[in-house]
Amino acid sequence: MKVAIFDYGAGNIFSLKVALEKQGATVDVIKSFDQADNYSGLLLPGVGNFDPALQNMRKNSKTTFQEYVQDKIPVLGICLGMEMFFEKSEEGKEQGLSVMEGEVVILPNKFKIPHMGWNNLKLRKSNPLMDGIPDSSWVYFVHSYRVKPKNDDIIVADSDYGITVPAIVNRGTLYGTQFHPEKSGKVGSLMIQNFLRECKK
Amino acid sequence: MTLTKRIIPCLDVANGRVVKGLNFESIKDAGDPVLLAEKYSKEGADELVFLDITASQEQRETIRSLVSKVAQVIDIPFTVGGGVKTLQHARDILLCGADKVAINTGAVKNPQIITELMNLFGKQCVVVAIDVKRNYDYAEGKNIFSEDSKKFWFEVFIYGGKKETGIDAIEWAKKVQQLGAGEILLTSIDKDGTKDGYDIILTKAIVETVSTPVIASGGCGEPLHMLDVFKKTDVDAALAASIFHYETHSVDRVKEYLKENNVDVRL
Repeated sequence: MKVAIFDYGAGNIFSLKVALEKQGATVDVIKSFDQADNYSGLLLPGVGNFDPALQNMRKNSKTTFQEYVQDKIPVLGICLGMEMFFEKSEEGKEQGLSVMEGEVVILPNKFKIPHMGWNNLKLRKSNPLMDGIPDSSWVYFVHSYRVKPKNDDIIVADSDYGITVPAIVNRGTLYGTQFHPEKSGKVGSLMIQNFLRECKK
Repeated sequence: MTLTKRIIPCLDVANGRVVKGLNFESIKDAGDPVLLAEKYSKEGADELVFLDITASQEQRETIRSLVSKVAQVIDIPFTVGGGVKTLQHARDILLCGADKVAINTGAVKNPQIITELMNLFGKQCVVVAIDVKRNYDYAEGKNIFSEDSKKFWFEVFIYGGKKETGIDAIEWAKKVQQLGAGEILLTSIDKDGTKDGYDIILTKAIVETVSTPVIASGGCGEPLHMLDVFKKTDVDAALAASIFHYETHSVDRVKEYLKENNVDVRL
């Protein structure tokens, strides 16, 4: 199975590529949605900054994200990748991909920022991404913003950082994780395996 | 709040091998970096830090290939530092598979690089490493501390602990936070290699100054020292090298010990 990682030119996508390959996927790194056919899944990696990442994506593609995905291709947005699903972010001025309703806000400054380290997942509902993963599993977070979906129904799991941080969101074929599955040990590998299973369907 | 304290093995690398020094000097071989990284990752290390202590121009290629080899065998975050002075160099390291870049001398010489790195890669990638030594000579306008009735201030050192800067570490920590550091890797030169325990006064002072996560480093000789730094300060992570390298203690055993003593760790 072939999946694509979208590279917006900012930082480490290597770990994600290795993590996917370990689960048997063939991985291409793409910089445009034009002529990016026949991928079973798409990954929006979690390194970079809101505005430069979106500008980069828009500048290099005539085809928009929505046109490319068409609610058919499974997409895993990691950290910034998940934040990009929403309409806007306090990190920048660009309009988000707007495939999920809501916004991205900075974590309150009474907490240490970034929220960096291993924290538990608190499962709200079952989800294909969480198959075989027990509630309260540890995953690795590193972020300064959190998403505020308009509708809480899309939240699959939260994490507690003194404030509730939505950790996994899902709408249709779009999955988002605020943490980094590719950096979350065995639990993360299992999640990537689960995502790839969705890509196969 | 359930965020755990992080235990971070550090691998000082010279010429492709892990080495360990005392007070930043007299170096001894401690093994293959890739094998050690894999071992620590399996034992439950929360992150890894690699510092290229030779950090010469010629070593650049060695480090790149090392970083990508390490990235293939571990599934936890890792930071790479040592001699990073330009955006291009930082980018190289990140593209080879590192999650964060640590800058030290490069940041003191050109503080703007912190902001530039943040703008390009996001705060989470930017670790500012601060090497600190107690200075017992009175100096105007420095933050003064005392222990055993001796007064001192904390001075930032660069070039692998070899050169003093006259910069007060407390003020420098504030500044790097403002400029966009996502994390501070705080090393006590006085304690490094002594196995005497972390510099608690230094760690506490920096943790209380900034709101970014801080990693305590230098002086860990036994698990008790980690417990000590977590109990006496609100530091986020404790870094150690030799206690793990020479099989004196395994990462999982250390974490079990911390858990038994009511420190939140991932097990």
